[in-house]
Amino acid sequence: MMLAQTANQGQLRIPVEYSAVLPVLALIGGALVLLTWSSLTRHRRAGGYALVTVVSGAVALGGAWRLWNRIGDHGPIRAMADAVVIDGFAVFFMVVISIAVVLAALVGDAYLRREDLEGPEFHVLLLLSASGGMLMATANDLIVLFLGLEILSIALYVLAGFHGRRQQSYEAAMKYFVLGAFSSALLLYGIALVYGSTGSTNLATIATYLAGNVAVDNGLMLAGMVLLLVGLGFKVAAVPFHMWTPDVYQGSPTPVTGFMAAAAKAAGFAGLLRVFVSTFDTLKLDWQPIIAVLAVATLLVGSVLAVVQTDIKRMLAYSSISHAGYVLVGLQAASKRGIAGALFYLLAYTFMVLGSFAIVTVVARRGDADHDLESYRGLARNRPALALAFTVLLMAQAGIPFTTGFLAKFYVIAAAVDSGSYVLATIAMLAAVIAAFFYLRVILVMYAPAAEGDEPLVRLPVPRTVGLALVVTVAFTVAVGLLPGPVIDFARHATLIF
Amino acid sequence: MTVGGEAYLILAALLFTIGAVGLMIRRNVLVMFMCVELMLNAVNLTFVTFARMLNDIGGQAVVFFVLVVAAAEVVVGLGIIVAIFRRRSGATADDLHLLKG
Repeated sequence: MMLAQTANQGQLRIPVEYSAVLPVLALIGGALVLLTWSSLTRHRRAGGYALVTVVSGAVALGGAWRLWNRIGDHGPIRAMADAVVIDGFAVFFMVVISIAVVLAALVGDAYLRREDLEGPEFHVLLLLSASGGMLMATANDLIVLFLGLEILSIALYVLAGFHGRRQQSYEAAMKYFVLGAFSSALLLYGIALVYGSTGSTNLATIATYLAGNVAVDNGLMLAGMVLLLVGLGFKVAAVPFHMWTPDVYQGSPTPVTGFMAAAAKAAGFAGLLRVFVSTFDTLKLDWQPIIAVLAVATLLVGSVLAVVQTDIKRMLAYSSISHAGYVLVGLQAASKRGIAGALFYLLAYTFMVLGSFAIVTVVARRGDADHDLESYRGLARNRPALALAFTVLLMAQAGIPFTTGFLAKFYVIAAAVDSGSYVLATIAMLAAVIAAFFYLRVILVMYAPAAEGDEPLVRLPVPRTVGLALVVTVAFTVAVGLLPGPVIDFARHATLIF
Repeated sequence: MTVGGEAYLILAALLFTIGAVGLMIRRNVLVMFMCVELMLNAVNLTFVTFARMLNDIGGQAVVFFVLVVAAAEVVVGLGIIVAIFRRRSGATADDLHLLKG
């Protein structure tokens, strides 16, 4: 009865604002085009598939730019019955993830051709995974956050096991799947407990409830919050939830590893920042110490264990863990500066890590097997430009001045000092010193002089698409490192809705 | 006799714990897989109980989303398991030892 009445009055009509989620739709649309196209034609055109992916990523980037202007004029947009919100923060992550898609597609195309895996599957899964990541960044409801996380992860499980002839690839997929499913279940239980104690899954409603009700006994709420932190901590590889990272990064196809490190980490942090900094703002005193402990553990474990690795992919995996620690430092500050620092860090890291893994892809040669540090000996004589690019990207990751990596570390540490976390800031700087050691070790190996009895060098093939991706990543790392103004302004204005 | 909501919540917490512990101590991949399902369904029970206690339809709607996601996860997970263990007789996680360091 009631339902019929309200339906008659048109109350049940929920407007769907497609224009608000244009970048997400562009990625999903690209994936559907690829699937339809490849099933209608008999010949496999690897270059065409990569082109569609790059164009979809570019359209998503353009859509994000339009949304940015629209938000600047009219303020944040709430869409889909308040389940999705497009604020500056969401648009920033749309930009980061679109860039990751374009770069991963360029490197992935070269990889697929070399390994005889040409087909649309890689690109389709890449686009779908990225659409899930964007959805996470726009989520204004915990259930949308969960759905976005699953869309991101399920496609990534398959991508991790994409190289059918490498047993390590399947093993990486299996490990990622089991731990990913475990962490999603924990996250979901956290959502259930938060729902039970606040009566809603909508982030704005939860924030209003928490601001209006001072709970005497909020054990349920705190348990839910911790489970949410654990679930998202797995995705961003924060210690002690990082066990899967080295194995999965090592076993996955190299371009997939790069995408995982850039986009999956960014999406995980999008969820963490939105849920904790804006929604759980009133519980700040409860979660800030936990995040601080996680940040210290992540920084130290990541940096120290990276030093003892001899496999370059495992080394970069531990380095990605320590980078997550710096973003956690920004999150712990829970201030505007902290968020801006974390966002700048994630954007800078996207370029650095995708560039680094592009070089690892090339050096691994056919079969994707040469990941030992020794494979890099003499790279400077074999391919001077490649060695120089890797040097720039590794120095940026180490935080050498005049690169984005230095500024990124500087902004998050400055935010920590601002909010009075001096110990955390000191540990972050200490971790940077330890981390510099293993980046420099790789550089030294690359520039090692020729030893007696070295085999004559076979010149490494560098495909054009990888070259393009490297030019873009190195140019961004250096240019923004010298002139950070516009990009840091972008990060500062990418604020949360409340 | 009526059973209070708390009883269901405790049952769900127990099921979730059994699933989580099982996932960590069992070595058979298929059993680990079932443990994940157990955890997700424990969450579903929690959602339905809370929805009933709060008199809010939202929690019940969530269960459908979770069911769909769980189904998608099963498809991908079983695909990966079949791909790995096609060439082997058992399906234990201890066979996965190529990646370490």
